[in-house]
Amino acid sequence: MKNDKPRETKLLIENLSKSYLVQSEEVRALQAINLSIADGEFVAIVGSSGCGKSTLLKIIAGLENGYTGTLLLGKERIAGPGLDRGMVFQEHRLLPWLTVENNISFGLKDRHSKASAKTVSEHLDLVGLSGFAQAYPYQLSGGMAQRVSIARALVNQPQLLLLDEPFGSLDALTKIQMQQEVLRIQEVEKTTMILVTHDIDEAIFLGDRVVVMSSRPGTIRKIIPVELARPRDRSSYEFAQIRRAVYQEFFVEAENPFAYQI
Amino acid sequence: MTRKTIRYTEKVKHVIQYFGLLTVLLVVWQVLSMLGFIQPIIMPPPTQVAVVFWELLKSGVMIRHIGISVLRVLEGFGIAVILGLLLGMAIGLSKTLARMTDLIIQVIKPIPPIAWIPLAILWFGIGEQSKVFIIFLGAFFPVIVNTIDGIRQTDQKLVEVARMLEVSRSRFIFQVVIPGAFPAIMTGLRVGLMVAWMCVVAAELIAASSGVGYLIMDARQLSQSDVVLVGMITIGIIGKLMDSLIYRIEKRAIKWKTAFTGV
Repeated sequence: MKNDKPRETKLLIENLSKSYLVQSEEVRALQAINLSIADGEFVAIVGSSGCGKSTLLKIIAGLENGYTGTLLLGKERIAGPGLDRGMVFQEHRLLPWLTVENNISFGLKDRHSKASAKTVSEHLDLVGLSGFAQAYPYQLSGGMAQRVSIARALVNQPQLLLLDEPFGSLDALTKIQMQQEVLRIQEVEKTTMILVTHDIDEAIFLGDRVVVMSSRPGTIRKIIPVELARPRDRSSYEFAQIRRAVYQEFFVEAENPFAYQI
Repeated sequence: MTRKTIRYTEKVKHVIQYFGLLTVLLVVWQVLSMLGFIQPIIMPPPTQVAVVFWELLKSGVMIRHIGISVLRVLEGFGIAVILGLLLGMAIGLSKTLARMTDLIIQVIKPIPPIAWIPLAILWFGIGEQSKVFIIFLGAFFPVIVNTIDGIRQTDQKLVEVARMLEVSRSRFIFQVVIPGAFPAIMTGLRVGLMVAWMCVVAAELIAASSGVGYLIMDARQLSQSDVVLVGMITIGIIGKLMDSLIYRIEKRAIKWKTAFTGV
């Protein structure tokens, strides 16, 4: 189903570079990034901390300036943040003084209309929190809060959902549950998604392609397609093979993590 | 013990912890006075203070003094709150305005309100206005400074969220900035009110013929230390009541936040 027909390009990144000035010295954060993401695709970007993967996501979000290169969303150049992109951050970043319902409607233009109320309740349903409309963020668990933040990011029907290590602070079990949630949501909403993570398993479990980045300067080292049917079995042989391929990009000379499994 | 009695004893324990220290102090003070260790002219015993307090209350003198002082505080504090909040928000939101006003605020802030008395008399005469002005000056700076600080501490992460969602400027101010600054603003109000009460006595040094501050200064001249104490305690109690009121309002408004209350 994935490769039936060539899909339209949703996001095109051409020759993107970004550098910071640290004590009047130039530090290259990103260098010559080229990436094309198809409509409806799920791309997972993995890299060690400091490789610039979050910077890349922030540039796509429009929250960072001062880069060179072009970013095209559909046919439009990205210049600043916009409702065509939704973002989920590592922390849930909900407004603590608003109820779940009002947090979700926070980004809606006309939040008191009937249509808005309907949209909000649909998105509460989507993330499985229908009973929590009136709860405050402090009353939610980490996983629930992150679900609200996903609902908030989707409420304006963005063309692109950006996920910046969204499950990094969740416990292992909640994390797996949330990964399944995201897949389910993507199936329903068909939103193009870009996930930044340092969790290799997460990247392979979710991504249609895994983009491996290397650090200083941040460049794309390799793009590994994951042509496994969903739902993916993390303990299958094919999954392990892809995992090995990704591992080898990070630990070129290190031992093969599977060589000792007898 | 049943759960109910446990809760009851727990409550009694808290009441004892709350009033215990004060009671002990009063008892020690009383006993030392009765044993003759403390001269009544220097420090009259609590019973004598209570009797004088009751007499002043009964004659209606106390109510008049309290009423006039409360009115002055409310006027001065009220003006300070309105101006402090409005200016504080404007300065907090505008970098240019902040640069323009910073030096003036920093220089005027450390001047004690008492030092303004001569000018206050020249500008406003010896009537109500000069007293309200002194109280206003005392309360104004805590309110404005805390408001500016609160707005400055707006969480950058929430600002990013607002930018991603392209929320309007007014929604940004009313739903991100002001709620975030609210705890700091309330702190400013509470400190402002406290300073306002401190300034009442100073303000009523200006040719006053009424008010709790006047009562104290008048009693001082007549060496009535019991009346002085009555005035002092009255200010303390009213100040505490007003502070509790603001605290209640704050608690009700910030139910989304759970505060640390000590171990």
